[in-house]
Amino acid sequence: MNGNGFVVLTPGALTTVQDRGRLGYQALGIPESGALDRYACQVANLLVDNPPGNAVLEMTVVGPTLAVLKQMNLAFAGADMKITLNHAPVDPWRAFCVNPGDLLAFSMTGRGCRGYLAAGGGFDLPEVMGSRATYLGGTLGGLNGRPLQKGDFLPVGPARRAKRFYRLPDEFRPVYTSPIVLRAVPGPQADYFTRTIDRFFNTDFTLGTRSDRMGCRLDGPVVPLDPGRQESIISEPIVPGSVQIPADGQPIILLGEQTTGGYAKIATVITPDLSRLAQAVPGDTIQFEPVDLKSAFRIYRKETTRMDAIYRALTGSST
Amino acid sequence: MSTDPAARHLYAPLRFRIAGDRGLLVDCGDAIDPAVNDKVRALKAAARQDPIDGVTELIPSYRSLLALYDPLRTDPDRLQKDFIRLEQTLTQVDIPVPDIVEIPVCYGGEFGPDIEFVARHNRISVDEVIRLHTGPCYRIYMIGFAPGFPYLGGLPESLHTPRLETPRPAVAAGSVGIANNQTGMYPVQTPGGWRIIGRTPLRLFDPDRSEPVPYQAGDQIRFKSISRQRYQQIIDTRGLM
Repeated sequence: MNGNGFVVLTPGALTTVQDRGRLGYQALGIPESGALDRYACQVANLLVDNPPGNAVLEMTVVGPTLAVLKQMNLAFAGADMKITLNHAPVDPWRAFCVNPGDLLAFSMTGRGCRGYLAAGGGFDLPEVMGSRATYLGGTLGGLNGRPLQKGDFLPVGPARRAKRFYRLPDEFRPVYTSPIVLRAVPGPQADYFTRTIDRFFNTDFTLGTRSDRMGCRLDGPVVPLDPGRQESIISEPIVPGSVQIPADGQPIILLGEQTTGGYAKIATVITPDLSRLAQAVPGDTIQFEPVDLKSAFRIYRKETTRMDAIYRALTGSST
Repeated sequence: MSTDPAARHLYAPLRFRIAGDRGLLVDCGDAIDPAVNDKVRALKAAARQDPIDGVTELIPSYRSLLALYDPLRTDPDRLQKDFIRLEQTLTQVDIPVPDIVEIPVCYGGEFGPDIEFVARHNRISVDEVIRLHTGPCYRIYMIGFAPGFPYLGGLPESLHTPRLETPRPAVAAGSVGIANNQTGMYPVQTPGGWRIIGRTPLRLFDPDRSEPVPYQAGDQIRFKSISRQRYQQIIDTRGLM
């Protein structure tokens, strides 16, 4: 087969093309989508000299096997999946070079849930409404709006700079452990839970098996509403990280594939912590830690500075 | 205190709720009410004309406007002042005249498998269902749940019908349905529990169009009954409006 990119030999459990997300269309019911672990997506891109929001492959729990069709630089970040190039191990969190005829395989994850593969030049699929992110629920973006299948061709664009093999300094490498502590500010309906919000912040929840790119379902003690309150509200727009309490009292953390919700929301996970949530696998313990908005903004700024520091550490220059 | 029933649900001044570290909900009232929704629309129009620093997206809904913002550029304290300032500039005149978008629908038959149930449930004829459904202009209070899915207000009471007991695994794109006191349409194929009474040949959602959805929150929708033949004609001309 001719072409610049990859051919998919096995697709893995759920592998999609994602990027920084489809921004600006929530009012039309079109959610952001995009890489759930934005941190790993950005780092993988920086390692191959791409802009941080470029399209990457997001693989879930079990990664794909890919046949390489052209010479290019690649980097993998995120979940602890063993990577092999022609059956020899390759390190994650650093750039490496592949050649036509190579065979690249990603095993089942040890720790973490989602792995990100960036290719120098980026996955060159058509933009839909300004983004290449796959929105599974709307069957749009990425590769025809669906996960990878055996036999798919994945084009990769021309790389924008000369070859360099960056390696992420260890201090920036996340460690995926359980429990996962998510910092959260009180939610838009926090006043529905005055009697239970303290307990909510002191409870061990478990990530349920029915979790997907729309939301993380948590198992644990029921979170009851205050007497006289109803779980159903006048539907309103939501943001990723909203912790919704549906009728059964089991929290759902909404991710990037939903635009509105009709249940009361007790808390909102802060944006920088959504990347760690993306690495939770069913069975992991999830805890919520209350923060005020001031602290949330401090953390947000620090996270932005961290990406800048990574760029400097890699290239010796500033963004 | 005003005795106008709508005014009881209106907030003046606006109220605010925190939606995480990059969202602020701006509340115009506490009910599903045209007057409350008019204020949401007016506020959005005003914020479009006089953009608020740091706001990246405005999402209107029944009673609130969600302002997404860049936390490196602004914060809720500043945003609240900005929105209150905008609120003070609002007058009745600022409420944009709603666009009325006509949606052709082929009712009944294979496209509307539940229309007879809706008729029986309300003890009226199928023709009466169509007549009643095509009567009003329905306000689009909000778009959500799926791309282009409109939450419509104003369904005549004699059409109210409960949802299916078991949702269908796939409802075809273009299907028009009823669920309790709501009516709406499915722009994309999804699972769904609404009673389906007809289908529009229009492509309600097309990501490749410059306007992916042919309406927005605040517009009004009017359904128009068309024949099977007209349905096919519109399909053949690719559902352009």
